[in-house]
Amino acid sequence: MSAPPDPVGYRRGNDLVDAPYLVPEFKSTRLRAPRQPLISLKHTLSEVTGPIFSHRSVSPDEHDLTTRHEANPIGQRIILGGRVLDNDGRPVRNTLVEMWQANSAGRYIHKWDRYQSPLDPNFDGVGRCITDDTGAYQFTTIKPGPYPFGNHYNAWRPAHIHLSVFGPAFVTRLVTQMYFPGDPLLAQDPVFNSVPGSRARERLICRFDLETTVPDWANSYRFDIVLRGRDATPIES
Amino acid sequence: MSTDLTPSQTVGPYFGVSMTPEELTRLVPEGTPDAVVLTGVVTDGEGKPVPEGMIEIWQADREGSYDRAPLGEGEAFTGFGRCHTDDDGLYRFLIVKPGPVPASKGGMQAPHVSMAIFGAGLVKPLRTRVYFSDETEANRTDPVLTLVDESRRHLLVAKVDGSVASLDIRLQGDGETPFFEL
Repeated sequence: MSAPPDPVGYRRGNDLVDAPYLVPEFKSTRLRAPRQPLISLKHTLSEVTGPIFSHRSVSPDEHDLTTRHEANPIGQRIILGGRVLDNDGRPVRNTLVEMWQANSAGRYIHKWDRYQSPLDPNFDGVGRCITDDTGAYQFTTIKPGPYPFGNHYNAWRPAHIHLSVFGPAFVTRLVTQMYFPGDPLLAQDPVFNSVPGSRARERLICRFDLETTVPDWANSYRFDIVLRGRDATPIES
Repeated sequence: MSTDLTPSQTVGPYFGVSMTPEELTRLVPEGTPDAVVLTGVVTDGEGKPVPEGMIEIWQADREGSYDRAPLGEGEAFTGFGRCHTDDDGLYRFLIVKPGPVPASKGGMQAPHVSMAIFGAGLVKPLRTRVYFSDETEANRTDPVLTLVDESRRHLLVAKVDGSVASLDIRLQGDGETPFFEL
């Protein structure tokens, strides 16, 4: 019996859009960025496989952050949706999308968050869903508020939502942050600006979409997430 | 060229609001006879513990197969784990030691666990692998471990003592963990 063919790897190039580990303006990278060069690794079965999900692993109410408490959360209700794609434009189906965010006053339910801003008993700021056959995901939530952080004097995080996506493999895993158009705080934020290219940074900003905005109910924002695609189409042998 | 990719961003310090439920640290149920505790401390460039670390692992099953059950549906083996480091920078998973998995050209890789380290101040995950000290022979010929300079290989090999496998992760500086570009 001949050896099975080597697995087809995933395309490199994320280093062109991602920030380097050391971003001096972003203070907390200074002691956490490795000094030794990374060791390049040809993808093996361990890199091209990853956990799987089914629609049964997430309950249907987990995508709606506005209806799981006694009353409505305070803030502007929004719909956030988009598609998870690979960079050949193919939908990434049945993959888990997780999100977490501050409330409309810029506060997280977290022991380390000491911002003098109110918690909202009707908002926990967490959601999960599984992409459908077109790679689409959707959340209903409220628009998060900005909050101060300790990077430099008078530093503020712009309003953002953390999004975590798996994709098909260990190497396609992505955690990112999504921002809102026109936010004046983007210019001074070392986290957003850690991404070196202006076009890549723009891809972290969602866009307002009137078409999917629901009349008398909620503004809609669209945010597509693009993961690494395969190096080449696997060939049947 | 992969120019339309969505850039990575740090998980920040507040991912613990939802991302790290206790059950994700157990790849096998408590009480599994051959369960192994995989544990260690994550430290920064000054040797201080990193309490805002989110560690993810991905591994084959006992037979070295990546066939797996969907996550979140029951206790069948999913191969995936996630852990929030504690105030002392400690991570801890309950795993089974994976079997050897295929390498290219019909070779085999030594038993290993793939690891991704996310955290506040990490703009993208650091990727590494955990090997096991009781696999001296397999480790010697592993095609990935041998990519690492010989003087640093031990930094990827967890010390196995009974049912505990220990490996500390140093993000920067003396004894810095070798990290991979995937």
